[in-house]
Amino acid sequence: MERINPRSRSDTYGSRINRSHSTVLANAMPWISILLASFLPVFFIATALPLLPPTGFLLLIAWRLVRPGLLPVWAGFPLGLFDDLFSGQPFGSAIFLWSAALLAIEAIEMRLPWRTFVQDWFTAGIAVALYCLLGMAFSGAPPSLATLIALGPQIVLSILLFPLAARIVAALDRLRLRRWRTLG
Amino acid sequence: MAPTGQRRSSYSRRAQLSQFTGYIVAGVGALVGAVLLALSIWQPALFSGPREIASDAVSPATKTVAAGRTESKSLIDSVRGYFRAGSQNAALKREAEIARIRLKEADAVRQENLRLKGLLGLQDAENPPMAVARLVGSTAASTRRFAYIGVGRNQGVRVGMPVRSPRGVVGRILEVGADNSRVLMLTDNESVLPIRRTSDEVVAFAEGRGDGLLRIRLINLGVNPLKKGDVFVTSGAGGYYPPGIAVAIATEITDDGALGRLISDPAATDFVAVLPIFEPDAAIGAQTPIENELGE
Repeated sequence: MERINPRSRSDTYGSRINRSHSTVLANAMPWISILLASFLPVFFIATALPLLPPTGFLLLIAWRLVRPGLLPVWAGFPLGLFDDLFSGQPFGSAIFLWSAALLAIEAIEMRLPWRTFVQDWFTAGIAVALYCLLGMAFSGAPPSLATLIALGPQIVLSILLFPLAARIVAALDRLRLRRWRTLG
Repeated sequence: MAPTGQRRSSYSRRAQLSQFTGYIVAGVGALVGAVLLALSIWQPALFSGPREIASDAVSPATKTVAAGRTESKSLIDSVRGYFRAGSQNAALKREAEIARIRLKEADAVRQENLRLKGLLGLQDAENPPMAVARLVGSTAASTRRFAYIGVGRNQGVRVGMPVRSPRGVVGRILEVGADNSRVLMLTDNESVLPIRRTSDEVVAFAEGRGDGLLRIRLINLGVNPLKKGDVFVTSGAGGYYPPGIAVAIATEITDDGALGRLISDPAATDFVAVLPIFEPDAAIGAQTPIENELGE
């Protein structure tokens, strides 16, 4: 007997027989992943200078650029509020910067609807560099040349890590729409 | 890549309005954020309540991860120790022998110190640490240098208490939660610490630069007496820190002092001790602005 294609009853997200997407996961995945990412730097080693990229912001930008339409424009307010609790910046810094970043990306998308990944990377790079610089300006500490120089490695690392963040978002997006076995 | 987001909101009045509302909410959110930011730069302690609750809520997770991190680091160190084991062993043996002699000499000095203090009738009680805790993490992505430790108000920790590691000063308690507190590290831009050179009575301030180095500023300007490799300890002025705890080594000489490297690098620290405020009366006096004092 001729075998039928074993993948004929499944799509990218798994078999379609007796399986369906999870509404909770599909809606909550971007939010939960960004919350976890903004909490991530606390776990790392207590360094003497800022070194780690702003992971929460990086993932926010990645979700916004890789999967547009999932996060509403106002997402910067609640997510930034959570980030402010752990980032060590003065309260309100992330609320303001994240909201402003999402509005700016909205404006960019309106003018340049057709983009490739390289252009997205460029946008994200500028956004992260500005975020780090403005974060320093808003940190409440007197700005100095030394702090500005110390920011260099962090900015470079953040820009280089954006493709990784984009791949993580892509993987999380597949997990988001995965089909789960339904009971009953 | 074609745009995947739904830009055009069709003829549905509801869809148009909800998109418009989204923009309004986002704009208002940004404005509220800006106002909050201005408020918290003006009054840094204003939003410490929510921050403390949040750090307390996650402290079980951070403590566990910190324990694992320390263990994995010591494993790497012990593997690395096998390289150059022979020559290092010989060098260490020589060093340990000299250190043992110096220790005996220090014992004699301490004994003499005690005797002289007894003669003068000075009381100098050693303050035992309030609490010993793990350095659980830091704000690694922000320009501000804060660390978190796993003890708080329930263990008797109060704002202003100095924090030290076995090697030297780490910083000062800035905010206290129930089981968790935030430490202002020495390298933060806002941190200032009175220090003196170990070899003589040259006094200075160690200010954080925000890039991992300390700026050592001499109080008495004139000919700069500092040299590369000078070691600085706390002077005890100001009343917060007990005198004689190691702070920094001068690595580069500048016009008004030097640039110093931290002796107690927070990245190499696992356990820290929270000390009681050295002279609480002096610390309160130092907080009173000079205008108020004159006005009385």
